[in-house]
Amino acid sequence: MISLRPVPQRAPELGSTRELERAVDRSFSLSWSALLGAAVMVLLVGLLSASSGAAGLPIAGVTSTLVDRLPGVSVPTSLSEQQQAILLQIRLPRLALGMLVGAALGMAGAAFQGVFRNPLADPYLLGVSAGAGFGAVLALGFGLDLGWGPFAAVPAAAFAGALLAVTASALVARGSFASPATLLLSGVAMAALFSAAQTFALSKLDETRSREVLSWLFGRLATSGWDQVILLAPYVVVCGGVLLMHRRHLDVLRVGDDEARALGLDPALSRLVVIVAATLLTAAAVSVSGLIAFVGLVVPHMVRLVTSHSYRVILPLSALLGAALLAGVDIGARTLVAPSELPVGVITALVGAPVFAIVLRRGVRGA
Amino acid sequence: MAITTGRAPASTRAAGGPALRTEDLRVRYQGVEVLCGVDLQVAPGEWLAVIGPNGAGKSTLLRALAGLVPSTGTITYSAGAGPAPREVSLVPQSPLLPDGMTAAEYVLMGRTAHLGWLSRESRTDRRIAAEVLTRLGLHALAGRPVTALSGGEAQRVVLARALAQQAPLMLLDEPTSALDLGHQVGVLELVDGLRRADGLSVVAAMHDLSTAARFADRLLLIDEGRVVAVGAPAEVLDPNLLSRVYGTSLTVRLIDGERVVLPAARPRTRPEGQVS
Repeated sequence: MISLRPVPQRAPELGSTRELERAVDRSFSLSWSALLGAAVMVLLVGLLSASSGAAGLPIAGVTSTLVDRLPGVSVPTSLSEQQQAILLQIRLPRLALGMLVGAALGMAGAAFQGVFRNPLADPYLLGVSAGAGFGAVLALGFGLDLGWGPFAAVPAAAFAGALLAVTASALVARGSFASPATLLLSGVAMAALFSAAQTFALSKLDETRSREVLSWLFGRLATSGWDQVILLAPYVVVCGGVLLMHRRHLDVLRVGDDEARALGLDPALSRLVVIVAATLLTAAAVSVSGLIAFVGLVVPHMVRLVTSHSYRVILPLSALLGAALLAGVDIGARTLVAPSELPVGVITALVGAPVFAIVLRRGVRGA
Repeated sequence: MAITTGRAPASTRAAGGPALRTEDLRVRYQGVEVLCGVDLQVAPGEWLAVIGPNGAGKSTLLRALAGLVPSTGTITYSAGAGPAPREVSLVPQSPLLPDGMTAAEYVLMGRTAHLGWLSRESRTDRRIAAEVLTRLGLHALAGRPVTALSGGEAQRVVLARALAQQAPLMLLDEPTSALDLGHQVGVLELVDGLRRADGLSVVAAMHDLSTAARFADRLLLIDEGRVVAVGAPAEVLDPNLLSRVYGTSLTVRLIDGERVVLPAARPRTRPEGQVS
């Protein structure tokens, strides 16, 4: 046999594995510094959010009050009884809700971008949010206020609507490997359809009820105590956990269904698991906070921009960054037009639409 | 030489049995039979080249062998029936190279079949990926995004991923169609070296008949989903047979002991009025 180019047969040196591990680490091991940076950001935005509002609370006082609440820690706080009540009964539940919704939408967005191999996928753009909204409007509007916490009727109805919408989007686009544009167009069509159904359902409600539902639909983070937090938290923990456990699958799915199957992954099954978890996560977020656009699109792209393209990094960081982003945006929603309030969904759309345009201009790639 | 895989090479594992055997393999696509009963056998360490005109069913045959399209009939691998990614690896014709994914990450994906549903790559998986990268001379490129590699480098990375799968049989779907001549030969030499060192069995769909004859032990000529001829290059590369199957007049020449397939010489038509 002629030998034009010898097969490199260098025995792997001892250092090579370590060198490779470094290369792998750079691309998909979540570095402690990135994780720490994101966590610090969440903390800072949280403190800022807790201290700003109609009644300004000093950050030092907020910090000491919160530290004082930790089990086994006792520090003097400069906040009055009344200020402490504002912090613990009003500010914190809202902050926690904003962070949970942000984390949910950030992770759901990253997951949808992964399973549909589409950098423009987002719960809002795929019609998932509209479907969830339709389900929730039906449940809210017709007084299906049954159940408690995570087992209430509203999130269940929202989930049913959301699942219907995402299935319809994927089917109309002829399967999950449709081109980004096709899937998006079918998502837009589904969003329009479900919004129309929503409007129709709204028109059948009496005026007080419909105004109430409408203000919820715009995307707001209004809370009454910790109820909404209790509803959403289990979904974020369980569905978010499922998504995080499937991070590796999302990376393998990036090479397409055929190759994934040849590599030994069942693409249909892992896609199904991820879609159900992400849809449930979106539905739970929508049922407490209405339609908040673009968070699921913007956050994963911000992560890609500064770290890596691997979902092993994108997914956890999207949760943290989503939490920080929505908490930060909510500060604006509460204070920009004080004493009245802007729907938080309006601000995320204002920020998100230009980012969407930029991603589109730079070329549809990267998921 | 040292075998990168933790497993015994196919030649010893198979204990004399074939690395691959199919019986009456059929594939239907939208009601039309595109593979009409293919019987074939590949010995451990053998290179079988699948040749035939466009649309003959070469890719379909490979996809069926990899379990990517539903088929009827039987496919038996050395370890038993049924296609499994631990038994067979696939180098696709035009692999998808994800944006921003590093070569190391890409090769590590080859370990997917060896991982549980939710488990992560272990140290062993990383070591295997590192060894494969080193062996294919890709070590310096480990941290490079696959999208930033040249065509030849990318093809070697795809080969490395298939190798990290540690399957005793490798399927290659026209692995060099996008490469220039030098890189084509380079990749095929590499595959040849691997099979000689590890006893890897190779089934490759190949476009270029002369290259197929040079590298493969046996050729499988298919046309319209049927096996037309199978055997050593000397038997299959018959000018009359090839001309009939490819629908054009072909001739086979011996150059330095290698068979080369060329379009048959035909009388050149000269423009009118030209005097020779």
